[in-house]
Amino acid sequence: MRINVDWDRCTGMGMCESLAPDVFEVDDDGSLILHTEEISADQEAEVREAVAACPTEALSLEGPIDA
Amino acid sequence: MTHLVVVGASLAGLRAVEAVRRDGFDGEVTLVGAEEHLPYDRPPLSKEYLAAEECPDPRYREEETFAGDLDVELLLGTPASALDTAARTVTVGDRTVSYDGLVIATGAHARTLPGTEHLEGVHTVRTLDDAIALRAALRGGARRLTVVGAGFIGSEVAAVGRKLGLEVTILEALETPLARAVGERMGRALTHLHRRHGTEVRTGVAVEEVLSADGRVTGVRLGDGTEVDTDVLVVGIGARPATDWLEGSGLTIDDGVVADETLAAADGVYVAGDVARWPNALFSDVAGGTMRLEHWTSAADQGGRAARHAVDPAAAKPYETVPYFWSDWYDGRVQFVGIAPDDGDEQIEVVAGDDAQGGPFTAIYRAGDRIVGALAVDMPAEVMKYRRLIGARKTWGDALELAEQRRAQRAAKAQQAAQQAGEQRGEGA
Ligand SMILES: Cc1cc2nc3c(=O)[nH]c(=O)nc-3n(C[C@H](O)[C@H](O)[C@H](O)COP(=O)(O)OP(=O)(O)OC[C@H]3O[C@@H](n4cnc5c(N)ncnc54)[C@H](O)[C@@H]3O)c2cc1C
Ligand code: SF4
Repeated sequence: MRINVDWDRCTGMGMCESLAPDVFEVDDDGSLILHTEEISADQEAEVREAVAACPTEALSLEGPIDA
Repeated sequence: MTHLVVVGASLAGLRAVEAVRRDGFDGEVTLVGAEEHLPYDRPPLSKEYLAAEECPDPRYREEETFAGDLDVELLLGTPASALDTAARTVTVGDRTVSYDGLVIATGAHARTLPGTEHLEGVHTVRTLDDAIALRAALRGGARRLTVVGAGFIGSEVAAVGRKLGLEVTILEALETPLARAVGERMGRALTHLHRRHGTEVRTGVAVEEVLSADGRVTGVRLGDGTEVDTDVLVVGIGARPATDWLEGSGLTIDDGVVADETLAAADGVYVAGDVARWPNALFSDVAGGTMRLEHWTSAADQGGRAARHAVDPAAAKPYETVPYFWSDWYDGRVQFVGIAPDDGDEQIEVVAGDDAQGGPFTAIYRAGDRIVGALAVDMPAEVMKYRRLIGARKTWGDALELAEQRRAQRAAKAQQAAQQAGEQRGEGA
């Protein structure tokens, strides 16, 4: 499963980081760093929370979950 | 459970219907909204929507999405007027809608200055229609903007006014703006942001009378008799929960609909968003009682939770959260996570930057031995790291340790950047 970031929408709000810090981090200049694009099964729950929590709806998931 | 009814078709209501459909709920879903508009995003209404040359479309979803993917019946344009929890019905216009599970997500209405509602040039900012009217007013040749109330929304409108080249004055009743939201010291720090950008902030003043001529606002008279002339008057004095329609319903209403820790207000009735008051167990040891938030994130979150609980009450779990809001002032961003205990400023420590001139800075808040809050101005990398600590009920010592780590990281980064710049200069020579 992959994370998609709509870079035009993301405003560096950081909700995603507070829920899934291994995957998302906001840099000092407010830009979002993705530590990984592929999501493993044990990360799925918190990444889904992060997707739902993004105030700009910049995040989405696609593809099947890898075993 | 066959019919979920959601009253209030905004953020919390939208997330409610989306959440249960995503979970595979196959009963009937009805979304009732007082406004004609499809659900839309409110935060831009006091920011980009007023400032940008082209208005961004604030609607969350297209109409087809509701009828199609979501299979939701939309009842827009007429408010619900009554709730009968015994018969399990909601009255909408001349219809009586039966529910098995109900989500109340009616949000809040902007407070107004009594008697000024029909004056031209007087605005509140809560709805899309409000924003359309204010946008036209700010761009229609107005020279002076006066904002009553130095809260977050009023401050954002003031910032937009400056951006559009208007003379802007903020009138605030309290001695320190935002003291209740972020504490006295941080309230003062945020006020510097206004002054730095040429907005006049007058604190500790009472609006005695709104002055008008020919049905149009011309200014305000303050408690001390002085008059402030204005072309546009924005009233930003907060919001009151939309609970009028619940009178006589038997629900407990006390500045919001009071619910238990699972967001249940009565059998089969759950609440979400700006209208909801519930005990947030995360802070029960440091701030007893219930809280009501007026933040995007909690409205979105609670909408989903409340709806899941409404369709499957047996699986309802306590809802706890670390509150989060942001606010965009001038070209900067203010972010706050957690709660601001009202025990005074010794509970606050500035861990990065300097608050004396209004930022950039990061401050953290303490209650008992816990970190309970963090505020940042123009330091987007900081607050969310503290949000995790707050959610995990970490100690003040843990927070100071993180602050130290972050200091070291920032210093290393700055040194690296300086070195690189030095090397580039070396190459260039
Ligand atoms: C101008 C503005 C700027 C904001 N900026 C920020 C920000 O920067 N950051 C942040 O975190 N938060 C911000 N917020 C707060 C955030 O938008 C709200 O917390 C969020 O909209 C709450 O969603 P809600 O669905 O609970 O209520 P609301 O958005 O208030 O929606 C409630 C809906 O219910 C409808 N309704 C009311 N009564 C009835 C009835 N009887 N029957 C049917 N429908 C009814 C209303 O018409 C409304 O459409 C801002 C809010 C405003 C107004
Ligand atoms: S929460 Fe959304 S806007 Fe914020 S950094 Fe993450 S993706 Fe970007």
